Amino acid sequence: MKLCTRLISAATLAALASTPAFAAELTGTLKKIKDSGVIVLGNRDASIPFSYYDNNQKPIGYSVDLANKVVDAVKKELKMPNLQVKYNLVTSQTRIPLVQNGTVDLECGSTTNNVERQKQVAFSVGIFEIGTRLLTGKTSGVKDFADLKGKNVVTTAGTTSERLLKAMNADKQMGMNIISAKDHGESFLMLESGRAVAFMMDDALLYGEMAKAKSPANWVVTGKPQSFEIYGCMLRKDDAAFKKVVDDAIKATYKSGEVNKIYAKWFTSPVPPKGLNLNFPMSDVVKELIAKPTDKAAE
Amino acid sequence: MNYHWDWGIFFKSTGVGSEIYLNWFVSGLGWTIAVALAGWIIALALGSVLGVMRTLPGKLLPTIATTYVELFRNVPLLVQLFIWYFLVPDLLPTPLEMWFKQGISPATSAYLSVVVCLGLFTAARVCEQVRTGIQALPRGQNNAALAMGFSTAQTYRFVLLPQAFRIIIPPLTSEFLNIFKNSSVASLIGLMELLAQTKQTAEFSANIFEAFTLATLIYFVLNMSLMGFMAWVEKRVRIPGMMGGSK
Repeated sequence: MKLCTRLISAATLAALASTPAFAAELTGTLKKIKDSGVIVLGNRDASIPFSYYDNNQKPIGYSVDLANKVVDAVKKELKMPNLQVKYNLVTSQTRIPLVQNGTVDLECGSTTNNVERQKQVAFSVGIFEIGTRLLTGKTSGVKDFADLKGKNVVTTAGTTSERLLKAMNADKQMGMNIISAKDHGESFLMLESGRAVAFMMDDALLYGEMAKAKSPANWVVTGKPQSFEIYGCMLRKDDAAFKKVVDDAIKATYKSGEVNKIYAKWFTSPVPPKGLNLNFPMSDVVKELIAKPTDKAAE
Repeated sequence: MNYHWDWGIFFKSTGVGSEIYLNWFVSGLGWTIAVALAGWIIALALGSVLGVMRTLPGKLLPTIATTYVELFRNVPLLVQLFIWYFLVPDLLPTPLEMWFKQGISPATSAYLSVVVCLGLFTAARVCEQVRTGIQALPRGQNNAALAMGFSTAQTYRFVLLPQAFRIIIPPLTSEFLNIFKNSSVASLIGLMELLAQTKQTAEFSANIFEAFTLATLIYFVLNMSLMGFMAWVEKRVRIPGMMGGSK
């Protein structure tokens, strides 16, 4: 498999060397986009405010805006002003296989860049960085993770928070009952209905859930972040040409400061569909990421 | 498709305690079996009663049983599960509600909800099979029993049900397998049964296809063994000379 890919790239290189330089051969995703005239973006249905649907079932969000910057760059690169953009809904379970098998060309949502996933797919430079924290009732008395001993705590199945929480429970023998809900909405329902005293998740998503609550003032995000995670856009592995276009497009919005406008639009202003304001000012880790973009997983 | 296969993943550490991924599958299988068996006991007991009710003379009892079947068969299983898990506890008296939500562990409350849900759902299906089993018997069986002075209860106990249950073993087998497969809905309310553990393994390791392949194999082997068990039961209870049951 590896050898095969190498042979092909060697052959491509040889072919490139023998053709006149101005007709650089396209390979991988860029070639696929050029040939089909379509770029397929993966979107999520409820990752507020990163990638979700507005009232007209159109994908919107912070990550979608950045993905559109990439689309603009691809149009320019391939000289295809009429490039068609198609969205393909993905879930946390389908996103990796759909990128790998060519259904989706680029997935910008709320996907953490980690070493396990790097075995399967490539990541763009980071587009956001979160800390994993707690959402709890203002009167619950929970201030930090140590207060969770012997309590019911909810988190969303399949997330890094679930792994951290389970590891913490085992390592520190905290005797927590951990509930793994199927999505963030259900996790918050567990919290709101009194089944759990706290909800551990990425801080940005917690602010999103809080904004949706019946009375946001009753809830608070608290606790020292247990980990930091960098979100990235996923693309196929070993596709340096496409990755360069993606990375350059994202870095350009960082350099021009345009990212600040996009950030303000989604995190500190009212967002559709209900006009909720997350009131989540840019954290130091996000500022750091924008100053020094990286495609590595967070430490 | 450049997928990174790694079949050794099941023996790698999950990063939670000292567990490897295989431990998760084993514990998931345990929950799956515990849910399905408990649900099946409810389904078989209640379904038999309802099935008999549907064939009784008179109006009231058959109507009650028919209404039950229509209600539970025509509402999607997932909707029923959410009703049992999210809605019903809120309708209970407060002390009971608090006990259900906080007094017992979340795994127990999810377990109770899904067992009740699957048991009642499958009971509707078992009921229909018991009814058809009884109705498939020649009318003369019932008449003869009554003519001999058996009461209705005795007719069912000694004449109709022993034959009906033997007839419906094959379709009952299929319901028995269904309850094992349907138990996977429990993953949606946070019970870490086989499917939930599979999804968790897929997410944690990013080796999605390996995880789902193993789950497929486990479900397959589990259901094949159940089919074998039911075939054995069918053979065991066969009466020579009845319904092709000659030796």
